[in-house]
Amino acid sequence: MPQEINKKMRSRAREMLASGEVTQVLAWEAGEFPNYPAPAFFKDETACGRILYDRFCTANLSKFMIEATRQTGRTLVFLRPCDTYALAQLIKENQINREKAYIIGIGCEGNVAVNEGEERGLLESCRVCVKTDYPVCDELIGTENNSRTVVTGSERFEGVTRVEETDTSARYDFWQVLLSRCIRCNACRNICPTCHCKVCILEGENPLEKQFFHIIRAYHQNGRCTDCGQCARVCPQGIPLQLLNRKLIKEYKPVEVQP
Amino acid sequence: MRVNVVAFCCNWCSYAGADLAGTSRLVYPSNVKIIRVPCSCRVDEAFILRAFARGADGVIVCGCHIGDCHYATGNYHTRQRMESLFGLLAFMGMERERLRLEWISASEGAKFADTMAEFTAQVEKLGKNERYTGDCIKATDAEAAEGI
Repeated sequence: MPQEINKKMRSRAREMLASGEVTQVLAWEAGEFPNYPAPAFFKDETACGRILYDRFCTANLSKFMIEATRQTGRTLVFLRPCDTYALAQLIKENQINREKAYIIGIGCEGNVAVNEGEERGLLESCRVCVKTDYPVCDELIGTENNSRTVVTGSERFEGVTRVEETDTSARYDFWQVLLSRCIRCNACRNICPTCHCKVCILEGENPLEKQFFHIIRAYHQNGRCTDCGQCARVCPQGIPLQLLNRKLIKEYKPVEVQP
Repeated sequence: MRVNVVAFCCNWCSYAGADLAGTSRLVYPSNVKIIRVPCSCRVDEAFILRAFARGADGVIVCGCHIGDCHYATGNYHTRQRMESLFGLLAFMGMERERLRLEWISASEGAKFADTMAEFTAQVEKLGKNERYTGDCIKATDAEAAEGI
């Protein structure tokens, strides 16, 4: 239950800050609007009462850990299974100092999509979720009640297969209609945990930008995307960007060198 | 109608193969514009997209045969990258026939000429590239897209 987990999260955060094991806590707090919790850092015990965890906590906290672990002191972070996958990827890419992170895995029942403050059913990335384990974590809270349904096999790539089955020009039209909605707000790039280049090739006046932004964005995550679905979640125009990433995940083969 | 084909050739095998085709006086279509790269794995996705943006109608990436790379492992990376990129472009509606990956060694001048002739004919059949040319995205046939 999120409420119980929330209670345990608050008390654990207080304990850790009081004992000096960590200097800050990264979690969610109530946002400006209802049903939009925002990621936040908590630096003292009294503030820990504001820590919030419910089914609207959709933000992936792993990307904030890049900056957090570059500061002095240790950071306590609460991560759901899909977030720990993103964090594991960042550790692999030497972006996060593992010793400066204390990771608590928390139970997840899938997040609820919100549009204009209203619930719109399960988030697309949670609907086809395949992750129940925690590849990196120091302790777990409330994972015994993980009541999520996890998809298996081909169900995950349903959307991709549906597009693949059509002919080339229909696919082209499909993507042109969707991508013409893009306003180049860069939200998909900025939210992506594995998009952490200091200088992005898609920045500024670039003739490639107009049509190729989404090709390059998806392709740069090839083999690194953890399928957390944040790109599609933050898209203000509702473009199903995770389809591109899932297509790459579906066909991804690691480099096999046979000397 | 004259199509443009851009061939990325690795310095050690395919470019030497093209050289051999030339010195052996083999004929291959003049539509092919060769760009020399140190290794086929130097070709990144932006090169290919930029080629299409600047008016290429087909792009072929040529490298050493698997196991023969001058830098030992370069073409393994090429294979992995190009397969995913071509797959993604095809998924987004680009004709797969406009993209090709080929292994041509320095002694295969005839194979170079044949491949280029064959690939150019293949691209000619498709005509000029109208998709992903770097222009603003045009919302085309919305009804067709709704079917998916």
